Amino acid sequence: MGSISPLRTGARRWLRLFPPVTVALFLAPIAAGLMGTVLPSFGYLPGSGSAPLTLTPWRDFFNAPGVESALLATMVTGVGATVLSVLIAVAVSASWHGTRAVSSLRKWLAPLLAAPHAAFAMGFAFLLAPSGWLVRTISPWATGWDRPPDFIFVQDPNGIALLIALVCKEIFFLLLMIWAALGQVKADRLLDIARTLGYRPVSAWCKVVLPLIYPQIRLPVYAVLAYSLSVVDMAIILGPTAPPTLSVLILTWFQDPAPAMRFQGAAGAVFLLMCVFLTIAMWRAAECLGAKATRDWLTSGARRFADTAVRWISGGAMIAILAVTVGALSTLVLWSITNVWRFPDFVPSSFSLEVWQDIWPRLRESIVITSIVAMVSASIAIVVTLGCLENEQWNGKPTGRRSLTLLYLPLVVPQISFLFGLQIMFVMMNMDGTWSAVIWGHLIFVLPYTFLVLSDPYRALDSRYARAASSLGASPLRLFWRIRAPLLLGAITISFSVGFAVSVTQYLATLFPSVGRLPTLTTEAVISVSGGDRRVAAIYGLTQLALPLLVFGAAMMVSIRRARQFAGSK
Amino acid sequence: MPSIQKTLCLDGVSLTLGLRRLIGPLTLKVGEGEIVTVMGPSGSGKSALLNFICGTLESAFEASGEVVLNGRRLNLLAVEQRRVGILFQNDLLFPHMSVGENLMFGLPANVQGRHERHLRVDQALMEAGLEGFAARNPATLSGGQRARVALMRVLLSEPEALLLDEPFGALDTSLRAQFRSFVFDHARQRGLPTLLVTHDHEDAAASNGQVIDLLQNQSETKA
Repeated sequence: MGSISPLRTGARRWLRLFPPVTVALFLAPIAAGLMGTVLPSFGYLPGSGSAPLTLTPWRDFFNAPGVESALLATMVTGVGATVLSVLIAVAVSASWHGTRAVSSLRKWLAPLLAAPHAAFAMGFAFLLAPSGWLVRTISPWATGWDRPPDFIFVQDPNGIALLIALVCKEIFFLLLMIWAALGQVKADRLLDIARTLGYRPVSAWCKVVLPLIYPQIRLPVYAVLAYSLSVVDMAIILGPTAPPTLSVLILTWFQDPAPAMRFQGAAGAVFLLMCVFLTIAMWRAAECLGAKATRDWLTSGARRFADTAVRWISGGAMIAILAVTVGALSTLVLWSITNVWRFPDFVPSSFSLEVWQDIWPRLRESIVITSIVAMVSASIAIVVTLGCLENEQWNGKPTGRRSLTLLYLPLVVPQISFLFGLQIMFVMMNMDGTWSAVIWGHLIFVLPYTFLVLSDPYRALDSRYARAASSLGASPLRLFWRIRAPLLLGAITISFSVGFAVSVTQYLATLFPSVGRLPTLTTEAVISVSGGDRRVAAIYGLTQLALPLLVFGAAMMVSIRRARQFAGSK
Repeated sequence: MPSIQKTLCLDGVSLTLGLRRLIGPLTLKVGEGEIVTVMGPSGSGKSALLNFICGTLESAFEASGEVVLNGRRLNLLAVEQRRVGILFQNDLLFPHMSVGENLMFGLPANVQGRHERHLRVDQALMEAGLEGFAARNPATLSGGQRARVALMRVLLSEPEALLLDEPFGALDTSLRAQFRSFVFDHARQRGLPTLLVTHDHEDAAASNGQVIDLLQNQSETKA
């Protein structure tokens, strides 16, 4: 390249600041939050003067009633949900590869992913509980029940309802990750080869594609595992209650006014962190063993592997999951406009919008708070992401696998294990309960997603545009505003809407930094479930669902219009 | 019982993409050990023709006509039941398997026993002039070596016909002639009906067989 103008070097220098700023924004709070949890677990609360280190919190934690069964429920639901969703995702991808069913599911994946966990969990409960819509649909004509039957499904002591709901929610994320990985390994060509060599579809996929894409879905699988082991909002709504899962138990201790209980909670949070890391390590070991054990099978020449069974079982499971998802969300709609809905009526006997009116002032407040927090955190995340990607373009090498691992860090560390500590840090900085604290808390989780969504289209952008423009003397800044930003407008709006949706779903990341002062739709939704009025709960759940979907729909329109424009200008 | 001739027959095969007719109707017969060449420039649909025969045609294409191999009608069979081997310009060796494992992947399951399977793989490697390459990573092989491994992998799977989708295109001129005769020799030796598509006249000349030019008047091709 020719001479570099002073402006260019200036802009370059500014860009260099982005990676460290990103680290500060999103790794520092995790590190500080972990410190703020580990120290109290040994009896030292930062900012409260010196205290002798002690093991009392740990002793209290292990002696606390219900810890053992809470741990058991956590492991069963967390590991069970992960194993099941990985199996179903792999089976669906393997046996329905290239079918029309898969391509239409692919189109609907984004809105399914954007549905917030709390809203889904609530709809799931209203659909499948003994007094839920499903039982109402078949009662009393088929079952003879004119009162809700006596079985316990939602909040069952074994956590089966929670496990199934987690599978329904995680499967779409795993499918997205698998399908994204397929494009990078020439999967279609390799599958054609395997099939012309006589392999039936499932064995071809498992022997040829799975080993190639697994490295790319490994981190997402660990994220699912960590999430399922430490989820709080869904576990409050659907999980066992006496005792609840470990993360919910720890949350109740953190919220206890007695200081000793918080120390005990801190010990529990560190213990949960260790459980999650240990489980991930065991999963990794199982991967290695599995790869070793199947090495001979890869080349055994066996060309069929229960193809028909896998196809129909996975197809059936997928249809059931979709039906539950759609059913759960429709139940919310129905309950939100219900006046009276007696068991076992199939639909409400009278409808009304009165409850909407009653709770509107409070609802409006949380809509405003939720929208502001989501918009600001998604905007900051987009700016930071673009800054990092620009810096990569001008100053350095592409982001490697290691930084990708860093990106997944907030998704692999249990939220409860560092958000309590983060709250303590905010208290020390006099920031607790402020907008900045909540937005910062959300940013930790929004940033990885905006980065994951935006980095591929950004890097795929034809660099010849940029080279052409810069050979015409355009500065990096001008290049960005006049060339890259307009070309990427569709991807940027989609990435923004994903960030927005992620922010809307945050429960703990709202609860801890806001100290209850900034109620969002998610915190209100979770509280409303325990309030007992299904109509109120459904309204919060439905609003929580509608907000990200609206933003997502708008983004889709911008992106489609943009794509048409470019296609037309060719 | 009359013995069924080893032949690959196409009967009135035509391919369209959108409103554009790419091929046909094409009727031809490839006999035992015979090599028929279909010539045409890129975009003429010759690769699609092979995909139609082996069952991997993309849904954007519309196809009609019959494909019969050794008396079996292939049209409604799944890809894996057709026993039609195909070789592409890119070797498409599986990157997560060694050279030997790639070959063993092609070997049918009825060749049993670790020893026997390894023996067959070593034999194939010897035939390809790649003795001792079993443990190598395919990425460390030259283009010509990889192409030979890909051919041996197809042959080990015991196909009843062989399709060649410009498999010599990626190789430089000196290697090309060498690999071409390697492929043709093996196909003839096994008596496989072989259909080659290419845009290179040298390939066509070397095949010593019937040549069909998609650019020329199509009535000529109706034998």
